[in-house]
Amino acid sequence: MITKPRILLWPGVLKVIIMLCLWAANLVIAGQGKLLETAGLTQIEGSGGGGIVPWATISGYDSRDETSLSAFNSLVFLDDYRLHSFGASVGLFDRLEVSFARQNLNLSASGDQIQQNIYGAKIRLYGDLIYTLLPQISIGMQHKRLEDGAIASSVGAKNNNSGTDFYIAATKVHLGAVGGYNLVWNLVGRATKANQLGLLGFGGGKNNDYQMVFESSVGVLLSRHFAVGYEFRQKPNNLVGVKEDDWHDFFITYIPNKRFNITLAWTQLGDIAGAKNQNGFYLSATGYLW
Amino acid sequence: MVTILKKFFLLITLLLSACMHVFHSESVYESLGGRHKIAEIVDKFIVEIESDPVIFEYFKDSDVERFRSKLTEHICFHTGGPCEYTGDTMERVHDGMNMTEADFNRGVDLLINAMYSANIPHRIQNKVLAIFVPMRQQMIYRP
Repeated sequence: MITKPRILLWPGVLKVIIMLCLWAANLVIAGQGKLLETAGLTQIEGSGGGGIVPWATISGYDSRDETSLSAFNSLVFLDDYRLHSFGASVGLFDRLEVSFARQNLNLSASGDQIQQNIYGAKIRLYGDLIYTLLPQISIGMQHKRLEDGAIASSVGAKNNNSGTDFYIAATKVHLGAVGGYNLVWNLVGRATKANQLGLLGFGGGKNNDYQMVFESSVGVLLSRHFAVGYEFRQKPNNLVGVKEDDWHDFFITYIPNKRFNITLAWTQLGDIAGAKNQNGFYLSATGYLW
Repeated sequence: MVTILKKFFLLITLLLSACMHVFHSESVYESLGGRHKIAEIVDKFIVEIESDPVIFEYFKDSDVERFRSKLTEHICFHTGGPCEYTGDTMERVHDGMNMTEADFNRGVDLLINAMYSANIPHRIQNKVLAIFVPMRQQMIYRP
């Protein structure tokens, strides 16, 4: 009885939010100021990036005089799991990114679900993807809060509630570097305690301290609208009972314009919570609202 | 031992031929198709600018013919062609324009459109853009 009036409130609240958004969009110029393809995509934890790795890029097409808002939706279909991740990100003046993502991991066999919310922030410290000799460099964090820690506890996580990752990313585009095609590379160092992105909690019997992991993306822009590449993400291996493996993916991205992009990837995620060799497909789309 | 030497010589030969290839690789000017093609790109670029209200604003008081000849020289010279650039420095040209980063990139998009209209392949377009990337610093936010 209490929830019903609150649901009825929603259309009104939404209207106000949309009005505020339109007002804000008029107030500051909508973000279209970056070159096509240079906003990157949205990675699985909601940060501007590739597919599974964050990049130094700020999520939208905002230049230093503009703001942006983007929304993403990603699905990973594995042998024994399905991961759904969706959310939104605000880019401010190509300097600051604030993001939110909700992840929902479905265990195909039992029908169980693990859900977590990820609050992200990223600041560009130096450089420009294309125009500076050195790469663009950003630091960021992802604060992860598990909805229900029961499964995390059952696999032996020391913390079944929340954890925060910190990362530094360097990203660079080299125009015409590979036989005339543009090359993009990205390197990340991440301090983390998260088991399987945090879906299996934080820390474990083998290790309960922050650990530095290495992540990387490399891609070639085949045209103004297509990119292909490979990503690698080193993973910690904190839990005693269940092994965690490094992640790999090969992707192809279609970027028709500055409003939309879509990515298809082949992923190799190794063992996840006792299920062996989880391979599958990753499908992700990002829309840029302004 | 003989096989190792053979392999060594093979490797050296390969390396040398690779180097020869690098030294003999044609300039971007040549890949573009020379001065006549550069003039075509500049013509198309002017058409693009004239039909873009945002970028046209920066050029509305410019002498189009001077812009045409100096930009042609500029691209010819910097892509390795047999030209001399007789125009002003990039700083001087853009002084007072106070061009924003977003408008600069919009201009780059127009240049890309112009290169497409002039049938310049994507891979050559990238090499042209790579040459002009370091000059952005001299062009944007000049009050």
